[in-house]
Amino acid sequence: MKNALIFLLAACCIASCLQSGDKKKLPIVGEPDISPAGDTVYPTIPDFSFMDQDSQIITNATFKDKIYVVDFFFIHCTTICPKVKKNCQRIYEKYKDDDRIAILSHSIDTKHDTVPALRKYANKLNISSNRWHLVTGPKDAIYGIADNYFIAAKEDTTVTDGFDHSGRLILVDKSRHVRAYCEGTDYDEVTRFMNDIDILLEEQFPPAISKQ
Amino acid sequence: MKRYSAILLLSAFIFSFQDCQPNQHQEGERLYKKNCANCHMENGEGLNALIPPLTDTVFLLKNREKLPCILRYGLKDSIVVNGIAYSEEMKGVPALTDIHITNILNYINHTWGGDQKPFQLEEVQQLLDKCKQKGQF
Repeated sequence: MKNALIFLLAACCIASCLQSGDKKKLPIVGEPDISPAGDTVYPTIPDFSFMDQDSQIITNATFKDKIYVVDFFFIHCTTICPKVKKNCQRIYEKYKDDDRIAILSHSIDTKHDTVPALRKYANKLNISSNRWHLVTGPKDAIYGIADNYFIAAKEDTTVTDGFDHSGRLILVDKSRHVRAYCEGTDYDEVTRFMNDIDILLEEQFPPAISKQ
Repeated sequence: MKRYSAILLLSAFIFSFQDCQPNQHQEGERLYKKNCANCHMENGEGLNALIPPLTDTVFLLKNREKLPCILRYGLKDSIVVNGIAYSEEMKGVPALTDIHITNILNYINHTWGGDQKPFQLEEVQQLLDKCKQKGQF
Protein backbone atom coordinates (compact mmCIF):
# COMPACT_ATOMS: atom_id res chain seq x y z
CA MET A 1 0.00 0.00 0.00
CA LYS A 2 2.76 2.34 1.03
CA ASN A 3 4.71 1.52 -2.09
CA ALA A 4 1.70 2.20 -4.25
CA LEU A 5 1.30 5.58 -2.62
CA ILE A 6 4.91 6.53 -3.23
CA PHE A 7 4.59 5.42 -6.83
CA LEU A 8 1.49 7.54 -7.27
CA LEU A 9 3.21 10.55 -5.76
CA ALA A 10 6.22 10.12 -7.99
CA ALA A 11 3.97 9.80 -11.04
CA CYS A 12 2.19 13.03 -10.14
CA CYS A 13 5.51 14.74 -9.70
CA ILE A 14 6.80 13.66 -13.08
CA ALA A 15 3.54 14.62 -14.75
CA SER A 16 3.62 18.11 -13.28
CA CYS A 17 7.26 18.50 -14.27
CA LEU A 18 6.45 17.54 -17.82
CA GLN A 19 3.58 20.00 -17.91
CA SER A 20 5.60 22.92 -16.65
CA GLY A 21 8.08 22.13 -19.39
CA ASP A 22 5.58 23.63 -21.84
CA LYS A 23 6.50 27.27 -21.81
CA LYS A 24 3.75 29.63 -20.80
CA LYS A 25 3.20 32.39 -23.33
CA LEU A 26 1.86 35.76 -22.28
CA PRO A 27 -1.27 36.86 -24.13
CA ILE A 28 -1.53 40.15 -26.01
CA VAL A 29 -3.71 42.53 -24.04
CA GLY A 30 -6.47 44.46 -25.80
CA GLU A 31 -9.36 43.97 -28.20
CA PRO A 32 -8.07 42.72 -31.56
CA ASP A 33 -9.27 44.04 -34.93
CA ILE A 34 -9.55 42.12 -38.15
CA SER A 35 -7.64 43.77 -40.98
CA PRO A 36 -9.10 43.92 -44.54
CA ALA A 37 -6.71 41.12 -45.41
CA GLY A 38 -8.29 39.02 -42.70
CA ASP A 39 -5.43 39.17 -40.20
CA THR A 40 -5.97 39.63 -36.50
CA VAL A 41 -4.44 42.94 -35.48
CA TYR A 42 -3.82 43.78 -31.85
CA PRO A 43 -3.62 47.38 -30.62
CA THR A 44 -0.10 48.80 -30.46
CA ILE A 45 1.45 51.72 -28.59
CA PRO A 46 1.49 54.74 -30.96
CA ASP A 47 4.48 57.04 -31.54
CA PHE A 48 5.40 59.25 -28.62
CA SER A 49 8.06 61.76 -27.65
CA PHE A 50 8.72 62.88 -24.08
CA MET A 51 11.65 64.26 -22.07
CA ASP A 52 13.29 62.44 -19.18
CA GLN A 53 15.08 63.54 -15.99
CA ASP A 54 18.36 64.01 -17.83
CA SER A 55 16.74 66.09 -20.62
CA GLN A 56 16.95 63.19 -23.05
CA ILE A 57 14.21 62.92 -25.67
CA ILE A 58 12.52 59.57 -25.13
CA THR A 59 10.62 58.02 -28.03
CA ASN A 60 9.63 54.57 -29.22
CA ALA A 61 13.13 54.35 -30.65
CA THR A 62 14.53 54.46 -27.10
CA PHE A 63 12.86 51.08 -26.55
CA LYS A 64 13.75 49.56 -29.89
CA ASP A 65 14.69 45.94 -29.32
CA LYS A 66 13.75 46.23 -25.66
CA ILE A 67 10.80 45.32 -23.56
CA TYR A 68 9.71 47.98 -21.07
CA VAL A 69 7.61 48.55 -17.98
CA VAL A 70 5.30 51.57 -17.82
CA ASP A 71 3.58 53.45 -15.05
CA PHE A 72 2.04 56.87 -14.35
CA PHE A 73 2.79 58.87 -11.21
CA PHE A 74 3.53 62.33 -9.88
CA ILE A 75 6.04 63.53 -7.34
CA HIS A 76 3.73 64.99 -4.72
CA CYS A 77 1.37 62.04 -4.69
CA THR A 78 0.73 60.74 -1.19
CA THR A 79 -1.83 58.10 -2.06
CA ILE A 80 -0.55 55.17 -4.11
CA CYS A 81 2.65 56.41 -5.77
CA PRO A 82 5.22 55.76 -3.04
CA LYS A 83 4.14 52.12 -2.84
CA VAL A 84 4.17 51.76 -6.62
CA LYS A 85 7.62 53.34 -6.74
CA LYS A 86 8.83 50.99 -4.04
CA ASN A 87 7.68 48.02 -6.11
CA CYS A 88 9.08 49.54 -9.32
CA GLN A 89 12.35 49.76 -7.52
CA ARG A 90 12.30 46.01 -6.94
CA ILE A 91 11.99 45.59 -10.71
CA TYR A 92 14.75 48.15 -11.28
CA GLU A 93 17.11 46.44 -8.85
CA LYS A 94 16.52 43.05 -10.40
CA TYR A 95 17.09 44.14 -14.02
CA LYS A 96 19.32 47.21 -13.73
CA ASP A 97 22.24 45.41 -15.39
CA ASP A 98 20.06 43.94 -18.14
CA ASP A 99 19.91 46.18 -21.20
CA ARG A 100 17.04 44.22 -22.74
CA ILE A 101 14.61 45.94 -20.41
CA ALA A 102 13.82 49.52 -19.27
CA ILE A 103 11.28 51.35 -17.13
CA LEU A 104 9.24 54.36 -18.31
CA SER A 105 7.42 56.41 -15.65
CA HIS A 106 5.19 59.24 -16.88
CA SER A 107 4.43 62.17 -14.60
CA ILE A 108 0.81 63.27 -14.89
CA ASP A 109 1.51 66.51 -12.99
CA THR A 110 2.94 68.33 -15.98
CA LYS A 111 2.79 71.68 -14.18
CA HIS A 112 5.02 70.86 -11.19
CA ASP A 113 7.08 67.88 -12.29
CA THR A 114 9.54 69.72 -14.51
CA VAL A 115 12.76 68.13 -15.78
CA PRO A 116 14.81 69.53 -12.85
CA ALA A 117 12.17 68.31 -10.38
CA LEU A 118 12.25 64.86 -11.98
CA ARG A 119 16.04 64.83 -11.85
CA LYS A 120 16.02 65.63 -8.14
CA TYR A 121 13.45 62.91 -7.56
CA ALA A 122 15.48 60.38 -9.55
CA ASN A 123 18.62 61.23 -7.58
CA LYS A 124 16.81 60.66 -4.33
CA LEU A 125 15.44 57.37 -5.62
CA ASN A 126 19.02 56.59 -6.60
CA ILE A 127 18.15 55.45 -10.12
CA SER A 128 19.92 55.85 -13.44
CA SER A 129 18.26 57.27 -16.54
CA ASN A 130 19.86 54.54 -18.62
CA ARG A 131 17.32 52.11 -17.26
CA TRP A 132 14.57 54.13 -15.67
CA HIS A 133 13.20 57.18 -17.46
CA LEU A 134 10.98 59.59 -15.55
CA VAL A 135 9.33 61.62 -18.29
CA THR A 136 7.24 64.72 -18.75
CA GLY A 137 5.62 66.16 -21.85
CA PRO A 138 2.59 68.00 -23.18
CA LYS A 139 -0.36 67.28 -20.93
CA ASP A 140 -2.57 66.00 -23.74
CA ALA A 141 0.13 63.65 -24.96
CA ILE A 142 0.70 62.17 -21.49
CA TYR A 143 -2.99 61.66 -20.76
CA GLY A 144 -3.58 60.45 -24.30
CA ILE A 145 -0.96 57.72 -24.17
CA ALA A 146 -2.26 56.54 -20.79
CA ASP A 147 -5.31 55.28 -22.71
CA ASN A 148 -3.09 53.23 -25.00
CA TYR A 149 -1.50 51.57 -21.98
CA PHE A 150 -5.00 50.87 -20.57
CA ILE A 151 -4.29 53.14 -17.61
CA ALA A 152 -6.85 55.53 -16.18
CA ALA A 153 -5.44 58.98 -15.43
CA LYS A 154 -7.23 62.27 -15.09
CA GLU A 155 -7.14 65.51 -13.15
CA ASP A 156 -9.76 65.59 -10.44
CA THR A 157 -9.86 68.34 -7.84
CA THR A 158 -12.23 66.34 -5.65
CA VAL A 159 -9.71 63.62 -4.76
CA THR A 160 -6.62 63.76 -2.53
CA ASP A 161 -3.68 65.47 -4.28
CA GLY A 162 -5.84 66.47 -7.28
CA PHE A 163 -5.25 63.54 -9.63
CA ASP A 164 -7.21 60.37 -10.09
CA HIS A 165 -5.00 57.65 -11.52
CA SER A 166 -4.37 53.97 -11.38
CA GLY A 167 -1.19 52.43 -9.98
CA ARG A 168 -1.01 49.80 -12.67
CA LEU A 169 2.28 48.58 -14.09
CA ILE A 170 2.24 47.63 -17.78
CA LEU A 171 4.62 45.37 -19.65
CA VAL A 172 5.22 46.20 -23.33
CA ASP A 173 7.03 43.92 -25.79
CA LYS A 174 9.38 44.73 -28.67
CA SER A 175 6.43 44.98 -31.08
CA ARG A 176 4.69 47.66 -28.97
CA HIS A 177 2.08 45.23 -27.67
CA VAL A 178 0.91 45.26 -24.07
CA ARG A 179 1.58 41.78 -22.73
CA ALA A 180 0.95 41.91 -18.98
CA TYR A 181 -0.10 44.24 -16.20
CA CYS A 182 -0.48 44.26 -12.44
CA GLU A 183 -1.52 46.45 -9.54
CA GLY A 184 1.69 48.27 -8.66
CA THR A 185 0.76 48.80 -5.03
CA ASP A 186 0.47 45.07 -4.36
CA TYR A 187 3.73 43.34 -3.40
CA ASP A 188 2.57 39.84 -4.38
CA GLU A 189 1.08 40.94 -7.71
CA VAL A 190 4.34 42.63 -8.56
CA THR A 191 6.19 39.41 -7.73
CA ARG A 192 3.98 37.61 -10.25
CA PHE A 193 4.52 40.44 -12.72
CA MET A 194 8.29 40.01 -12.42
CA ASN A 195 7.79 36.38 -13.32
CA ASP A 196 5.85 37.56 -16.41
CA ILE A 197 8.82 39.76 -17.30
CA ASP A 198 11.08 36.71 -17.21
CA ILE A 199 8.67 34.78 -19.44
CA LEU A 200 8.58 37.64 -21.95
CA LEU A 201 12.36 38.05 -21.90
CA GLU A 202 12.71 34.40 -22.75
CA GLU A 203 10.18 34.64 -25.56
CA GLN A 204 11.60 37.82 -27.10
CA PHE A 205 15.28 37.06 -26.64
CA PRO A 206 15.64 33.35 -27.35
CA PRO A 207 19.11 32.06 -26.59
CA ALA A 208 21.25 32.06 -29.74
CA ILE A 209 21.75 28.61 -31.21
CA SER A 210 25.44 27.98 -30.94
CA LYS A 211 27.11 27.03 -34.18
CA GLN A 212 29.44 24.09 -33.93
CA MET B 1 -9.42 9.23 22.45
CA LYS B 2 -11.41 10.82 25.23
CA ARG B 3 -8.31 12.31 26.74
CA TYR B 4 -7.31 13.64 23.33
CA SER B 5 -10.61 15.48 22.88
CA ALA B 6 -10.29 16.89 26.37
CA ILE B 7 -6.90 18.37 25.50
CA LEU B 8 -8.30 19.72 22.27
CA LEU B 9 -11.18 21.34 24.09
CA LEU B 10 -8.89 22.80 26.68
CA SER B 11 -6.56 24.31 24.13
CA ALA B 12 -9.52 25.70 22.19
CA PHE B 13 -10.68 27.27 25.42
CA ILE B 14 -7.29 28.82 26.09
CA PHE B 15 -7.04 30.14 22.56
CA SER B 16 -10.48 31.74 22.73
CA PHE B 17 -9.47 33.32 26.00
CA GLN B 18 -6.42 34.81 24.36
CA ASP B 19 -8.64 36.43 21.79
CA CYS B 20 -10.36 38.38 24.52
CA GLN B 21 -7.16 40.26 25.28
CA PRO B 22 -7.44 43.34 23.11
CA ASN B 23 -4.35 44.33 21.18
CA GLN B 24 -3.48 47.71 22.60
CA HIS B 25 -2.00 48.90 19.36
CA GLN B 26 -4.80 47.72 17.07
CA GLU B 27 -6.38 51.15 16.74
CA GLY B 28 -3.00 52.76 16.19
CA GLU B 29 -2.18 50.18 13.54
CA ARG B 30 -5.46 50.77 11.73
CA LEU B 31 -4.91 54.53 11.74
CA TYR B 32 -1.28 54.11 10.71
CA LYS B 33 -2.27 52.00 7.71
CA LYS B 34 -4.89 54.50 6.70
CA ASN B 35 -2.92 57.72 7.17
CA CYS B 36 0.79 56.95 7.09
CA ALA B 37 1.56 53.66 5.34
CA ASN B 38 1.03 54.99 1.80
CA CYS B 39 4.28 56.91 2.09
CA HIS B 40 6.16 55.43 5.03
CA MET B 41 5.21 51.86 3.97
CA GLU B 42 3.56 49.25 6.15
CA ASN B 43 6.90 48.19 7.59
CA GLY B 44 7.93 51.79 8.25
CA GLU B 45 10.96 51.68 5.98
CA GLY B 46 10.08 54.76 3.86
CA LEU B 47 11.36 55.27 0.32
CA ASN B 48 15.08 55.81 -0.27
CA ALA B 49 16.12 59.45 0.27
CA LEU B 50 12.60 60.68 -0.49
CA ILE B 51 10.55 59.48 2.47
CA PRO B 52 12.25 58.83 5.80
CA PRO B 53 11.90 55.54 7.66
CA LEU B 54 10.20 55.52 11.05
CA THR B 55 12.54 52.91 12.39
CA ASP B 56 15.27 55.20 13.78
CA THR B 57 14.89 54.69 17.52
CA VAL B 58 17.32 57.48 18.36
CA PHE B 59 15.45 59.99 16.16
CA LEU B 60 12.13 59.03 17.71
CA LEU B 61 13.55 59.45 21.19
CA LYS B 62 15.34 62.73 20.51
CA ASN B 63 12.34 64.28 18.77
CA ARG B 64 9.67 62.88 21.01
CA GLU B 65 8.30 66.33 21.80
CA LYS B 66 7.95 67.29 18.15
CA LEU B 67 6.22 64.13 16.97
CA PRO B 68 2.58 65.03 17.76
CA CYS B 69 2.95 68.37 15.96
CA ILE B 70 4.53 66.75 12.91
CA LEU B 71 1.55 64.43 12.55
CA ARG B 72 -0.96 67.26 12.79
CA TYR B 73 0.82 70.13 11.03
CA GLY B 74 3.34 68.40 8.80
CA LEU B 75 7.03 69.10 8.36
CA LYS B 76 8.83 71.54 6.07
CA ASP B 77 12.31 71.48 7.61
CA SER B 78 15.03 69.10 6.51
CA ILE B 79 15.68 66.27 8.92
CA VAL B 80 18.39 63.64 9.23
CA VAL B 81 17.25 60.09 9.88
CA ASN B 82 19.66 57.16 10.06
CA GLY B 83 22.33 59.46 8.65
CA ILE B 84 20.37 60.44 5.53
CA ALA B 85 19.03 63.97 4.99
CA TYR B 86 15.38 64.27 3.97
CA SER B 87 14.07 67.55 2.62
CA GLU B 88 10.74 66.77 0.98
CA GLU B 89 7.78 68.42 2.64
CA MET B 90 5.43 66.22 4.62
CA LYS B 91 1.83 67.35 4.77
CA GLY B 92 0.12 67.20 8.15
CA VAL B 93 -3.11 65.30 8.70
CA PRO B 94 -5.44 67.83 10.33
CA ALA B 95 -8.27 65.31 10.48
CA LEU B 96 -6.47 63.33 13.20
CA THR B 97 -7.79 63.98 16.70
CA ASP B 98 -5.56 64.14 19.77
CA ILE B 99 -6.55 60.56 20.60
CA HIS B 100 -5.76 59.38 17.06
CA ILE B 101 -2.31 60.98 17.26
CA THR B 102 -1.63 59.33 20.62
CA ASN B 103 -2.60 55.91 19.27
CA ILE B 104 -0.54 56.24 16.10
CA LEU B 105 2.53 57.41 18.00
CA ASN B 106 2.25 54.55 20.44
CA TYR B 107 1.90 52.07 17.58
CA ILE B 108 5.06 53.46 15.94
CA ASN B 109 6.85 53.57 19.27
CA HIS B 110 5.86 50.01 20.06
CA THR B 111 6.61 48.62 16.61
CA TRP B 112 9.84 50.41 15.68
CA GLY B 113 10.76 52.79 18.50
CA GLY B 114 12.07 50.22 20.92
CA ASP B 115 8.97 50.57 23.10
CA GLN B 116 9.95 53.78 24.86
CA LYS B 117 7.66 55.30 27.45
CA PRO B 118 4.20 55.37 25.82
CA PHE B 119 2.55 58.72 25.11
CA GLN B 120 -0.33 59.69 27.35
CA LEU B 121 -3.20 61.71 25.90
CA GLU B 122 -2.45 64.65 28.26
CA GLU B 123 1.17 64.73 27.16
CA VAL B 124 0.17 64.78 23.49
CA GLN B 125 -2.33 67.58 24.13
CA GLN B 126 0.26 69.66 25.97
CA LEU B 127 2.81 69.20 23.19
CA LEU B 128 0.24 70.16 20.55
CA ASP B 129 -0.68 73.28 22.53
CA LYS B 130 2.94 74.21 22.93
CA CYS B 131 3.84 74.10 19.26
CA LYS B 132 0.67 75.98 18.39
CA GLN B 133 1.50 78.76 20.90
CA LYS B 134 5.06 78.98 19.73
CA GLY B 135 3.68 79.56 16.26
CA GLN B 136 6.01 76.92 14.93
CA PHE B 137 3.37 75.78 12.56
